[in-house]
Order: sequence, then structure tokens, then C-alpha cells
Amino acid sequence: MTYETIQLAIADGVATLTLNRPDKLNSFTTQMHAELADALKAVQRDDAVRCLLLTGAGRGFCAGQDLSDRAVAPGGETPDLGESLEKRYNPLLKTLKGLEMPVVCAVNGVAAGAGANLALACDIVIAARSASFIQAFCKIGLIPDSGGTWSLPRVVGQARATALMMLGDKVSAEQAEAWGMIWKCVDDAALAEEAHALAARLAAMPTRGLALIKRALAASSTNTLEQQLDLERDLQRLAGRTADYQEGVAAFMEKRQPTFQGR
Amino acid sequence: MLTAPPAAERAGDAWDDIRVDQPAPHVLAITLHRPQARNALRTQTLREIAAVLTEAAADDDVRVVVLTGGDTVFAAGADIGELAAHDAVSILTDGRPALWQAIRQFPKPLIGAVNGFCLGGGNELAMHCDVLIAGETAQFGQPEINLGIIPGAGGTQRLTHALGKSDAMKLVLSGAFLDARAALARGLVSEVCPPELTVERAVALAVQIAAKPPLAVRLAKEAVLKAFEVGLDQGLAFERRAFCQLFATEDRQEGLAAFKEKRRPAFRGR
Repeated sequence: MTYETIQLAIADGVATLTLNRPDKLNSFTTQMHAELADALKAVQRDDAVRCLLLTGAGRGFCAGQDLSDRAVAPGGETPDLGESLEKRYNPLLKTLKGLEMPVVCAVNGVAAGAGANLALACDIVIAARSASFIQAFCKIGLIPDSGGTWSLPRVVGQARATALMMLGDKVSAEQAEAWGMIWKCVDDAALAEEAHALAARLAAMPTRGLALIKRALAASSTNTLEQQLDLERDLQRLAGRTADYQEGVAAFMEKRQPTFQGR
Repeated sequence: MLTAPPAAERAGDAWDDIRVDQPAPHVLAITLHRPQARNALRTQTLREIAAVLTEAAADDDVRVVVLTGGDTVFAAGADIGELAAHDAVSILTDGRPALWQAIRQFPKPLIGAVNGFCLGGGNELAMHCDVLIAGETAQFGQPEINLGIIPGAGGTQRLTHALGKSDAMKLVLSGAFLDARAALARGLVSEVCPPELTVERAVALAVQIAAKPPLAVRLAKEAVLKAFEVGLDQGLAFERRAFCQLFATEDRQEGLAAFKEKRRPAFRGR
């Protein structure tokens, strides 16, 4: 599949996925969803990929749904937005969450609506100082989707999440960092380099172990402590069987740098 | 130390649709193995499972059986080609009910380890197990309604026992699936774990049960199943009789003696 609305580049264990409709602030269309699904499938199937880096082309990260792509004629039949989530956004979010490798998001500019929540679904988010996050949904009578009502209260707390979602106010990258909504905010000029360095660092780490950390964290929000302790036992059992664990221990004993294979 | 291989293996039988092995002493594992058909349950598959279980029932060396489809799928349904070939008369004289009967009458514990799709006949097979361990990827359902038919191997009955009316109706009438977490919350399965560990945990449970007195295990299974078949009075009467019967076993004396002497009991199934 050749892509028109995204770019996928794989090198040195890092898959870099760039949303690429810069003149439309990389907003989602049906075509972009199809291409993203295809690209993520390719990433999933490629054993050489050990980290995914997600970013946007041009001045924005992602402005959310392209409203012109949803044909809502005035006076026409009401659209079924649930179907759009069911068929496109929800599978995208589930795939990203289930990806057995770390996912880094480099937010290079405005992240609005589903674009903001796409960023929040990634494991580690770094943003350019000029970037911003907007839960724009309320301004057109909608609710935050793409997992926003799940992820935002978890990262900023109920009070801030509610106000952000009901007011639709813009959150600057610096504010987002201060609130713990994202990992880090960096100067605009440094974003690309920092993001790639971070992705490269993660791609050299024990991928399987990182994937298991992701699984444990995902389950912790619904598990009781007892269930989570059982899960930790199970996942640690799996982690203990990886070649990377053996290498990690061996390198530690031999006082050398470990070389992880991701398995 | 491993005990002798089970009779099924000793006889050198080659199975087409399943694999049979012995993951631990006294534990037999049956793995559905038709990956090209996502383990769809054709008659041959049922015939092989029934044959292994019938033999295992009579083999004193086998104390518990684990039934699984492996790490990715349990059984995605019945064999559609086979189903389509039937008419009203041939389905009436079909041999499958007798095979299900053989599975149903297996007197020793059957532990199911389910990953991925567990649908239609696959789910009915899973529900024949006494305990179910599910991997996080497991999806349970009775989608027969989509084909213009209904479950035909206990799906409408066992699912209702497990889930209660409304949830069972929802699945059977709409063909909707139940994921592993929901299945755990509703009591269809007793444990959810990472898919890579499902079989391992089922075997661990089987090993634990295999160390218990076999006659007590057998009567305990029968007594629990009675709860679904008869009223409380009859069920209690059965339980009481089974309880008294066990007082005539050597294993009961050994169990009490070991408990008093603070040592591990060595049960012999007598």
C-alpha cells in the first residue's frame, strides 16, 4: 500500500509514523484511518521494529477529525458518529494500546480533538514548547472520544479533565508538562532530535519487558490490588524467561553494557 | 520422574485433529490441532477427543485431563462445510450427540485452557470442562443464530447456568461475544491470565488436583454436576451418599492419618 496521508519509515529498530496532511493540520479522514491501520499492521508484523514514533508533518500535530470529510448536510439525515468511532477511531486506539513495543509521540504543534487524545494514548509524549492540546469537542456539541474521557482524568485528575472537556480551553505544552499530562516539553528546534534519540534509546532496550510493563499498566486501572499482584506474578514469570533478562543479569555480573535483542 | 505414557500414546494411535501428551505425571493434555481451520470442531475432532477421554477414563494412571486449543485459538466453531451437508433427516441420525455424551460422561476432572476464539461448538466444548482458565485474548460466544440455527450441544443450557438468563439470552440471540474479563466477572471462567500462561496454569491446577485422592475427586465432580441436574433435596441426598462411600476408602484413612501426623498424604486411589 502506498500512503498519501501518512508516511512510514523504518530504520534501526524505530518505525517513524508521520501524519502527513500538513495543509489540513493532519486532520483525520477515512483514507488516513485506512492508511494508519495498514501501517500499524506492518509495524506489528515487523520483528525488527522495537519502538514506534508518532508525529505530524508541518506546523500542527493533528487537528482531530476533518469535519469536511464527514458529509453532514444541513437539514439532512443525522450522521451516526458512533459508527465512525466503532469502525475507525476505536480500532486505531486499541491497536496503539496493544502494540507490544513502546510508542513515543512527538507533538510538534496543535493537538486538537481526537488528535489530542491520540497523543495521550501513546506511552511517552514529548511536545514542542509551541505545541498545545485542546479538547475541542464541546465547542461543536460532542464529547471527547478516542479514549479522551478515559485517559485525561487519569493523567490530570477529574477536576482539570472536567474543566478542559467542558470549556475546550487550550493547554500549552509547558502547562501540560507541569500538570503531568505529558512526559516532557522541549524547545521547538530540539523536538525532532530529542524524539528520535528517545525512540532510538527505547529501541535498544528489552522490548519484551517494556511490552509487559505496558500490559501491567493498562490492566492496573481496572484491577484490584490483589488482581494486579497476580498479574505481576504472571507477567514477571514471562519476563524472567526472556533472553534479554538473561543478558541483563549477565552484563550486570560481568560489569559490562548489555546488548538486548528485544526477546 | 515421568510415569509411563498413557494408553492412547502407547497404542501408537496417530490423531488427525488433536495432539495428546503428558505434561506432568497423572495429567493428560489434549490439544486441538487444526490450525488451518482455527480448530473448527468437525466430527472427526469430536471423535478423537471422545476416544482419548474414554480411554483416559479407564486408565488409572490418568487423574486429570487438560483440554486446550493452544496459545492463539480454542475452537472457532463447528465445521461449516459439514453442517451445510446435512438435511433434516441426516442431522437426526448424526453421530455427534453420542460423541458429546462420551465427553459429558468423562468422570475425571477436565480443565479447559482457552485462548482466542471459543465460539459455537468450541464454546460448548469448553463448557463441558469442569474448570476454565482463560487467556486475556479469549472471546466466548454462541453465534449459531447468524447461520439460521441455534446451539446444539448444550450451549443454551450450560451458558444459562453459567451466566444467568439475560446474559445468556443476549449472547445466544444476538451472537455477541464475551471477552475474557467479562467472562471472569460473570463466572463463566475462574481465572484470566496472559495467553502465554493459560495452558501452564491449567496444567498447574491439574497437577494440584492430581495429588488429591482420586476417588474423592471423582465423587466431588459428580456431586457438583448433580447440582445442575436435580433439585436440592436429591442433590443433598446424593452428596450424603457419596460422602459416606468415601469412608470406606483407604485414601480417607491415609488423608486423616497424614493430617494428624503432619506429613504429606500419599493417595493411591483405593
